[in-house]
Amino acid sequence: MELICPAGTPAAFRTAVDAGADAVYCGFNDETNARNFPGLNFSREEMRQALAYAHARGARVLVAINTFPRASAEAAWRRAIDDAVGYGADALILADIGLMAYTAQKYPEQRLHVSVQAAAASPAAIRFYVDAFAVRRVVLPRVLSVPEVAAIARAGLCETEVFIFGGLCVMEEGRCSLSSYCTGQSPNMNGVCSPASHVTYQEQDEFLVSRLGDFTINRFAKAEPAAYPTLCKGRFRAGTNTGYLFEDPVSLDAAALLPALREAGVSALKIEGRQRGRAYIDRVVRAFRRALTALDSGQAIPPGGLKALTEGQATTEGAYQKRWR
Amino acid sequence: MRLEVICMGSTRMAVAVLPPVVAAILRPAPLAPLALAAKHVLRAVVRHHPGIFERLGTHAHKRFGLQPTDLPFAFVLRPAPPSPTVRVVRHLPERGWDARIIGSIAALAGLADGRFDGDALFFSRDLVVEGDIEAVVALRNAIDDAGLDLIHEATAVFGPFAKPAEAAARSAIGIADKLVRALSISGRAARWN
Repeated sequence: MELICPAGTPAAFRTAVDAGADAVYCGFNDETNARNFPGLNFSREEMRQALAYAHARGARVLVAINTFPRASAEAAWRRAIDDAVGYGADALILADIGLMAYTAQKYPEQRLHVSVQAAAASPAAIRFYVDAFAVRRVVLPRVLSVPEVAAIARAGLCETEVFIFGGLCVMEEGRCSLSSYCTGQSPNMNGVCSPASHVTYQEQDEFLVSRLGDFTINRFAKAEPAAYPTLCKGRFRAGTNTGYLFEDPVSLDAAALLPALREAGVSALKIEGRQRGRAYIDRVVRAFRRALTALDSGQAIPPGGLKALTEGQATTEGAYQKRWR
Repeated sequence: MRLEVICMGSTRMAVAVLPPVVAAILRPAPLAPLALAAKHVLRAVVRHHPGIFERLGTHAHKRFGLQPTDLPFAFVLRPAPPSPTVRVVRHLPERGWDARIIGSIAALAGLADGRFDGDALFFSRDLVVEGDIEAVVALRNAIDDAGLDLIHEATAVFGPFAKPAEAAARSAIGIADKLVRALSISGRAARWN
């Protein structure tokens, strides 16, 4: 199984390659990708240099152009595709069928991956992408159990890539409107969930209060681990109950499921976190490289020691196990 | 839909906090030498890492208050090109900054040189950010990409003696870090899952 690692900056990119990534995914510094954060991502020149760095070391580069173009504004997305192909990207990660059609027609030899943002979670949906655009891989949304992943992989339509570590979205990837509801901006259209420009933090009576737009998202007690200020991770009061309505602030860690995912026929394992720093990239990539080496040699998966890097300082196996509370 | 949490609890970032005696010793010290050193380091960073400004964009003109919780002074940084400024103050004023970043000096320095991940420090409550969060995110990303080595930048002022000075500084910091941990004065236990 390939190890697919995130990079939000050239330094993080080099860190990922040096730490043992088989491939690194990254995006341009604009709204064409789903991590359009201030100070993050790659200029055209940086992308060229990153590709050269990776290819010189035997690693591949997957360029994420995985937001949905606004009407009459497709030019920026098409230019991103043209440039990524021109620079020699090993694959493009796309979500929009218009962009897939554009790429498949103009660059029929270019390898295409279906982004998690496309929410292709059934063999029928995946077959459409394969038949229509000759996609080679689908990044499966984080809504499937291991047996469901296995069923898709064994259908043999195309390669499958699954998330194994990092932040979790509420189970509506590519269709979530919570950020739009609060701020008018979404990961799907603008490449940014819960934009920092709409976030405030305030220390209040020994509580950390996080707000997104006009909404109070959470109040953390003094020693309580904090979480991202996204509506899906909000803690709300309803009647006499206070709790997490959509999902708990936890991160995915599927290290223990690597044998099952390999058995399921998964082709590639993805680490989330293009917005994270070099320290995160280095530690997480090395931990999963060690885990894969152990898996390949028939040894037990070593402890990753990654919990201190996780949202809410807690981990879950998420939908892979579907032990809903 | 709620996910079952399988692993949570006391695991924290291993971020050292200086013992209060250090702040007590440094409190009467004049700020001028520190201001001079900070100015020198900032100039060196700007000279060696001009890409920081590109990533900061318009946020380079914001004022960032940096408050080490275990030291008796703070910094107000305005990284605007071509002449960025840094002020050293006894206490951060309530106004006069666009964003404020608060943490132990180890957390702030570790964030600057890439040893720590900013989001992880926030999750573990080792870092507090207030004010213009977009500016903080831009600064964090710009600094992380720059690959700063603050000790190297700070000791470069010694010219031909920079290398031994850097080695000595690293040894001193290593010993101090071990001492702090041995005395169990770290902010939180370094326990990993």
